This record gives sequence, C-alpha cells and structure tokens, in this order.
Amino acid sequence: MRGAARRRWQRRGRAPAVLGAVLASLALLAGCSGAGALGSAEGVETVTVAIVSNPQMEDAISLAPEFERENPGIRLRFVSLSENEARAKITASVATGGGEFDVVMVSNYETPQWAQNGWLTNLEPYMAGTPGYDRADFIPTVRDSLSFQGAMYSVPFYGESSFLMYRKDLFEQAGIQMPAQPTWPQIAEFAARLDQGEGRQRGICLRGKPGWGEVMAPLDTVINTFGGRWYDPQWRAQLTSPEVRNAVQFYVDLVRQHGQPGASQSGFSECATQFGQGQVAMWYDATSAAGTVEDPTESTVAGRIGYAPAPVVATPSSGWLYTWSLGIPQTSPRKDAAWRFMSWMTSKQYIQRAGNDPGIGWTSVPPGSRQSTYQIPQYQQVANAYAPLILQGLQRANQEQPTVQPVPYQGVQFVRIPEFQDLGTRVSQQISAAIAGQITVDEALEQSQNYAETVGESYQR
Amino acid sequence: MTTTTERPTAAPENTGGAAMIDRAEGWRRRGPLLPALVFTIIVTQIPFILTLYYSLQSWNLVRPGSQEFVWFSNYGDVFTDSQFRTVALNTVIMTLGSVLIAVVLGLLLALLLNRQFVGRGVVRTLLITPFLITPVAAALLWKTVLLDPTLGLINFVLTPFGGSGTEWISQYPLASVMAALIWQWTPFMMLLLLAGLQSMPTDQLEAARVDGASAWSTFRELTLPHLRRFIELGVVLGTIYLVNIFDQVYMMTQGGPGVASANLPFYIYQRAFLGFDIGQSAAMGVVVVILTLIAANFALRLIFKSFSGEQEAA
Amino acid sequence: MAVTTDTEERAPETAGGATEPRRQKRSAANVWLGVIAWIVGIAFFFPVFWMVLTSFKQETDAYTTTPKIIFEPTLEQYEGVFSAGVGPYLVNSVIATVFSTLFVLLLGIPAAFAVSLRPVKKTQDVLFFFISTKMLPVVAVIVPIYVVVNQIGMLDNIWTLVILYTGMNLPIAVWMMRSFFLEVPGELLEQASIDGAPLWRTLREIVLPIISPGIFATALICVIFAWNEFFFAVNLTAANAGTMPVFLVGFITSEGLYWAQLSAAATLAALPVIIAGWVAQNKLVQGLSFGAVK
Repeated sequence: MRGAARRRWQRRGRAPAVLGAVLASLALLAGCSGAGALGSAEGVETVTVAIVSNPQMEDAISLAPEFERENPGIRLRFVSLSENEARAKITASVATGGGEFDVVMVSNYETPQWAQNGWLTNLEPYMAGTPGYDRADFIPTVRDSLSFQGAMYSVPFYGESSFLMYRKDLFEQAGIQMPAQPTWPQIAEFAARLDQGEGRQRGICLRGKPGWGEVMAPLDTVINTFGGRWYDPQWRAQLTSPEVRNAVQFYVDLVRQHGQPGASQSGFSECATQFGQGQVAMWYDATSAAGTVEDPTESTVAGRIGYAPAPVVATPSSGWLYTWSLGIPQTSPRKDAAWRFMSWMTSKQYIQRAGNDPGIGWTSVPPGSRQSTYQIPQYQQVANAYAPLILQGLQRANQEQPTVQPVPYQGVQFVRIPEFQDLGTRVSQQISAAIAGQITVDEALEQSQNYAETVGESYQR
Repeated sequence: MTTTTERPTAAPENTGGAAMIDRAEGWRRRGPLLPALVFTIIVTQIPFILTLYYSLQSWNLVRPGSQEFVWFSNYGDVFTDSQFRTVALNTVIMTLGSVLIAVVLGLLLALLLNRQFVGRGVVRTLLITPFLITPVAAALLWKTVLLDPTLGLINFVLTPFGGSGTEWISQYPLASVMAALIWQWTPFMMLLLLAGLQSMPTDQLEAARVDGASAWSTFRELTLPHLRRFIELGVVLGTIYLVNIFDQVYMMTQGGPGVASANLPFYIYQRAFLGFDIGQSAAMGVVVVILTLIAANFALRLIFKSFSGEQEAA
Repeated sequence: MAVTTDTEERAPETAGGATEPRRQKRSAANVWLGVIAWIVGIAFFFPVFWMVLTSFKQETDAYTTTPKIIFEPTLEQYEGVFSAGVGPYLVNSVIATVFSTLFVLLLGIPAAFAVSLRPVKKTQDVLFFFISTKMLPVVAVIVPIYVVVNQIGMLDNIWTLVILYTGMNLPIAVWMMRSFFLEVPGELLEQASIDGAPLWRTLREIVLPIISPGIFATALICVIFAWNEFFFAVNLTAANAGTMPVFLVGFITSEGLYWAQLSAAATLAALPVIIAGWVAQNKLVQGLSFGAVK
C-alpha cells in the first residue's frame, strides 16, 4: 500500500498547479483579504469529511474528484488526521455539537453509543431511498455492530478481524506444520523454535504500544479466549482473576522472550515493518495487514506468507471485530449531500472502481465490508490466500458473547462503554510497562484492577 | 549615566513617587497598559473561570445528561490519585532537568562561539536550527530517526561499540523525551547567553588579563555575574514553556510505559480527550495552576529582586 | 545605591584596540576549540540534515537497518505532499503567525512601556499576572475554549487562532520587552516629559529606535512559537483553518510507515521558520543582548 500511496500522488500529478496556487494565495494574502475566502460558489454545497489517515482512506480521497465531477453540486473537503487525533477531535466535535463535520469516520465502538445519545443520523431511510445500495450485502456481524435498535447509524468502509500471519518458508525449513486452528500454547512453542535470538530473526511480533486500540486489541482477544473478562455481570472488575493473570502473563512472556525488539513501542505499523522486512516469523494482528505484507513494493516476504485463524484456548474462535465506518452527525445541515458522498464511498461500485484503478489495485481495495467483494473474480485471484479467512473471521467474531463466562457489556477487543477509551488506555499503559520490564504483570494488573473498579462502580448504582 | 533613582520601577519597593502623581497622570501612565491587560484577561480568564466551574461538575462528555454539581469531589479524586503524584514528579524532573541541562550546555556552547574561529557563523547557524524546528517534527525525528531500536541512527552509531539493540524509548522514556527537549532548547539558551557574552564590556576583561587573573577566575568573577540576568531570563522562559510541554510527550511516548514519561499536561489530556471526563480534567488543571503559581511566586519574586537589586560586578 | 553596571555595559567601543594581540596569542587554543565547536554544531544539526535527506528518498531507502547515504534522489515525496494540498495550510500558518505577531507588538509595546518606564502602582502584580497566564496548561482549558468558540461560531476559523496565539505570546513579549525598555536611559524620557511631548510621541520618536533590535528579537520568538503551535490548531480547526503542524500530523498513519513522505512534510512545515531564523539570527543575538550592543 505504501507503493500504492506513492503512485496515487503521481497519478494526480498536480504539483506545479498547487505550487502556483500557493503563490497566488500568498499574493492574495498580501492584499490582506484574510481567510474565509476559501468558501464556495453559489448553489454548491461543501461537505466536510473527517477521516482517519489510513492508506485506504487516502485512496478514497484520491478518487474523490471523480465523485465531485459526477455531483457538480457538491464539493468535498477532507480533514485527514491520524487515528488518535481523529478520534479525539471527532468525539469532541460530535459530543458538543461543534458541527464542523458533515461526515465523520467512526467505528463500531462509537456508533451504537452515539446512536443511543442521539448524535448520529439514522441511515435506514437514506439507504432505502438509494437504489442499488444493497444494505443486505454488508457482512451481517459488521452490520449488526453498527446498528442501534435494528437500524444502522453508520455504514462500513472496511472491516477487519484478527488472524495469524506466518512465514511458510520458515515453517517448512523448521519442519513445523501450522494447524488449521492453532492454539496459543502451540504458537508459543513455534515462536520459541523459530526465534534465533537477539539481533536476529525473532519468533513473533505482537503489539505492545500503549493505547486501547493498540496493545489492548490483540491482548483482549487473548484474555477472552483464556477465559478472562473485564467485568462480571454485576460490573465487578475481574482483571486480577486467575484467567486474566494467566492470559496477560502468557502474552507478556511470549513477546518478551520471543518477540520483536522495541516491543513496548510497537503497534500495527512497527510490526508491519518488522514482518515485511523478514525480521519476525509470525505476526498476530488485524486482517487488514494482509494487503500491506503481500505488496511486493514494500514487503520482502510477499508470496511466502501463510494465514491461520486467531489462535484460541477455551473459546471456539477469538478474532476481533472492527470496522471504520461513516456516519452523519445530527448537527449537519447537509445530510442529503453527505449521504450522497457516503453512499458513493461505501458502494459496490467504489470497490470496483478502486480495484480497477492502476494506482490502487485489487490488493488494496477496502475489505471486510461487503460480502460481494469476496465474489469478485479479480479480488479472489489476488487475495485467495487470505480473503476467505478474513470473511470467515468476521462472520465468526462474536461481539455479543466473546468470553467464556457471561459479561454485562458488548465488544470483542473493547468494552463498549464510554469510559473504556480512558480505562483501556490506562490499562494498556500498565501492560506496556510490564512488556518493557519496568513492572511485573501482577503489579500492572493490580493497578489496572483499581482503574477498572472505579469505572465499574458507576455502573453498579 | 543611568542611576537607579531615575528608574523607580527598577526598584519596586520604592513606590513613594507614585503617591504624588495625580489621578489624570496616573491614567495617562496606566493607559498604554490597558489594552494588553484587557485582552489578556478576556482571552485567558474567561476559559479559566469556565474551568473552575467545570471542575465542580461531574460531567462525562460522552454520557449526555451526566452533568451534575458535585462540589469538590473531583478535587478529592485528584489528591487521592497516586498516579497524579508520580506524574507531578515527572513534570518537575522533566522541566527543571531539561532547563538546567540546556542552560549548562548552552553556556558552554556560547563560550565556544564567543571565540574567533573559521566558520563561526556557519556553526552558529547549525546550532540554532533545532530551536526553530516544529516540535511535532522534532519529536517524530527523535522517535523515528534517532531512537528507534532497530532502524535508529543512535543504535547504528553505537553498534561498533557493542551498544546496539538498546530500546531507548521503552527503557529510558523520561530521558528520551528530555533529550529531545534539551536538543531543542539548548540552542535558545546558547543564543541568549551568547548575546550576554557579546554585551560584556571588553575593557574589564582586558584589565583582568593585564592583572594576570586566571581564565577561570575571570570567568567566575566577571563573566558569570554579568551573565546572571541572561541565565535567569533563560531559566524563566524555559521553565514556563517546558512545564506545559505536550507535543513531545504525545508524539514520542504517549506518556508510557505506564506513566513513566507522562507529565501533567499529557495526563490531563488523557482525562479530557480519552476519558472525556471534563470535571476531572478541569479539577486537575486548576490544581496544576495553583501549584505552579505557588512555585512561580517564589521563583519569580526572587528573580525580580535580583533584577531590580544592585548587581555588584566583582 | 551606586551606579548600576549598566554604565560599563554601555561602553564596548572603548575596547576596540585591545583585541588584536590577544587574538594572536590564543590562536592555537582557538583552533582546537573551533574544531570542537564544529563537531558539536554538526551533531546538533545532523538530525535535521537527515530529515531533509530522507525527504528525497524512496520509502524503501528511507527505512533500512543500515542507514543509506547514497541513493537515487527523488522529488516524489514532495510531489505527494504538494498534491495533498499544502497550499491552504501554508496560507493559514502565515496568517496566524503574521497577524498574531503584529497584534502582540501592537498590544505589547505600550504595555511593556507602561510597566517599565513609567511608575505604575502594582507593576509587579501586573507583570506577575501576565506571566501567570502562561502557567495554566492549555490542555486544561481546551474544552472551555472549545465550548466558547463553538458558541460564538468561530470554530475552524483562522482568526480564532490569531486571537489565541496573540494571547499565548503576549505575556512573554511584555516580559521580554520590559527588560529592553529598562535599558533606555531615564534622562531621555525625563527630557521628553519636561517638553510636554505626548506619550505616544515619546514612544515613537525616542524609545522605539533605541530598542528596535529587542522588539525584533521578541517578534521573531513570537513567530517561532506561533508557527510551530500544534495543540490549539489541531483541536480548534477542521477543513478551513488548519495550519502546517496539523498538515504534518495528517501524514502520520496508524497503518504503515511512510517516513520519507513524512520527512518531506516535516521539512516543508519547518522550513519557513528555519529560514527566517537563519536570516535573522544576528538580529536575534543583538536584540537579546538587551540593547547593550548597538
């Protein structure tokens, strides 16, 4: 995708024009006209879109001029920020009714909560009024995760589960056979056997970077499948239970003993580099990684990668469920125009358009949103190695009951309560410190339990 | 030339003259101050009063209808939060440590640059660049280019000496952030102190040399006293900016691992933009202001005294 | 109280003839110290140099375990950054920086004048108030500011940043300029006062020329801080009023490392102020020396 991003800019090739525009606007500035001159002409609606600056979203931005050509009455303005900034900003704006945005990128964590708060627009009437949009085509678990009381409040751009990537060539050399459904103890054993020691190729890459969307995502799936949970049905925190202790100890030991260097600072991007440069033998992460590591322009191991479902222990499946989706804040006065753009970006036609684009290509189309994507022959051809596993992972992700024992909350790799962003991040910082070896797992979990208890108390009332 | 009696403000305890000034004259003299004062009050105090108000509320932004008046319970939570104390200590270490190291390094560099050598202007240009660079870019630079365990330049340079593979940011998080801060602020201190050195009266130095004073005693008895105001100004400006530093912590470590490199601004940011706990973050903000004001009150008044009091240059 | 040290400070011209023999004597030591200075200077600059170098690389050359110095340079990253629409961000940064600095000077010069040259009661308290406003962490007030700005419909408006940056830099500017004003000889003002000249004329005709290097230094510092400010900018702007640091952050993605492109964006974001600083460094030193070097 890195290559795709570069080609994308080349394709547009407007650099000289932009330079000219800069000079022109600076000249304008000299005349002291001020800002606000960036407004729009008569009869044209400007739709402001807040978006997370991940590669597939950037691809969509590069295709957006086509949408503007087809819809002369609508101009698009994108605010593209990295995940943390985007999330903080979008939440603050939507919660206070800031109204800067007509379309916001949110996930299945926010959508049901915000729908309940009345902050997002019910999209069912819009979908019903758009022929050929085909709501039923969305992967059912993804669709449900974006619904509140049966109605969708945001529409998925892409969805992901988690799975295990491994180097087929190294496994063959070592004479290891990856089981169809691996378990975590097996993975730990493989990691030990493939680990060549410090400064050389390590066994596995696992996230260790603080952040509820970083280390907590894979770790939560491990906790779930080890039989742990955040809360019992009475909202009593469970982070010091034996199951959680075992799970966290396992994760921390695995990454400390056979994991990548700089583990406590690695997230998705760092692991993508490590795995793509052939420095680790396995990587457990988001299914969206497949597009990156199979791209020969940025990965030296493309074509030598095998895929396996998320490893389990006590649950039948353990993959997470995550989706970046588009919603319309209630405050937007341009809902029709906003929907026109959203329906374009999440349509079947968009996937065809992106796949056939020489600058994007079929490996980089947004996956995990529509079932029909997986029936496109060209996509099947390039993504055969992993696409069925992604679809299966998404279909099996169980957000209602991800744990062995009952829980009062929803969500696989998060607890869908407003406090979780803060709680998850605080806990993740403790875990990250344990991975860095600064505190023990027990100390990390004691502290985490305190945080979780404080949050739990407010739900016990 | 100038005696202190002609500049009464330089000696604030000497306010006797002000009593004699009549009302109109008072306004005439105060007038120029008012626009700035009014502007500052509006821009800074309205948000602050709102912060005070919010700090008495229990209010989570992402739970509509959760807003209620709770008196001082947010403050109670702040003071019982053991992490808050860790983070406060981090802030003190990060601020004072960076400022002091930057001043010392800046002084050494200024002394170097105060001499004649080939390409002095070029070296100064190279040296001031870190101060000019956008902090966000500087933080990315340190995190990615310099300190990355496998791909960073520092480990690459250390490899021949057997020092490769150090995970700087996870093992020494506070020091890593401070290194980036020192890298950015040393040039400023250097410039300030260089300005001080260049305003040194050369005849004094010459006289000392003729008297056969050693370089060290000249430095200690002439140069350092002369530089005192510059050092103080540097410390004050540096402290004011670094105590509220956010970009580097946010970009480099996100306060981690644990809260090992979190400072108060970052900690408050987490409460406000991850927890969306407006009441709690407002209370923390108020506590921070009060603590800094107490500390600053002592420090600043001390400096005011030294600014206005007489300075016997050896 | 005796005559202050200011007297001696203001007599550098008497030293002119004495420097020549000293320079010869110390030349050997100076060569060594010059070498050290060069090494330190290069070390300080090297990260910036590397960033600029990286911005001319392909992504595959940018992230290697053995750093690459020799590579085939490309302008691809800059093309990418420019086609991502750097224009409006650059214009916004220029507006925010130029106007906030102008406002700071407009408000700050009279204020610094009042608190330094003219005896006003409670001068210290006023100064302390100014500086104390810098101690409130911006993160703590960002929500109230957001709410207020939202109420008055000024979100995503570059003039909001102009106002906030003015407020942000004003206290420091007053503080710095006060020390420059203190350098103005008192009798000059006394003279003007006796002549019955209006205050603004005293200021314009007598004081400003003397302290103009100091004002220039203050302005440059305001420019640096305003241009590089990130937190207000990222939280209070959206599509219309984003500044260069916000643009830069838009190149950080949580999925994949694009260090070469990020370097190009960072170089562009930092370049205007770096150039301004380089060009103005002599003035800065001159100004910071409290007007003593004229």
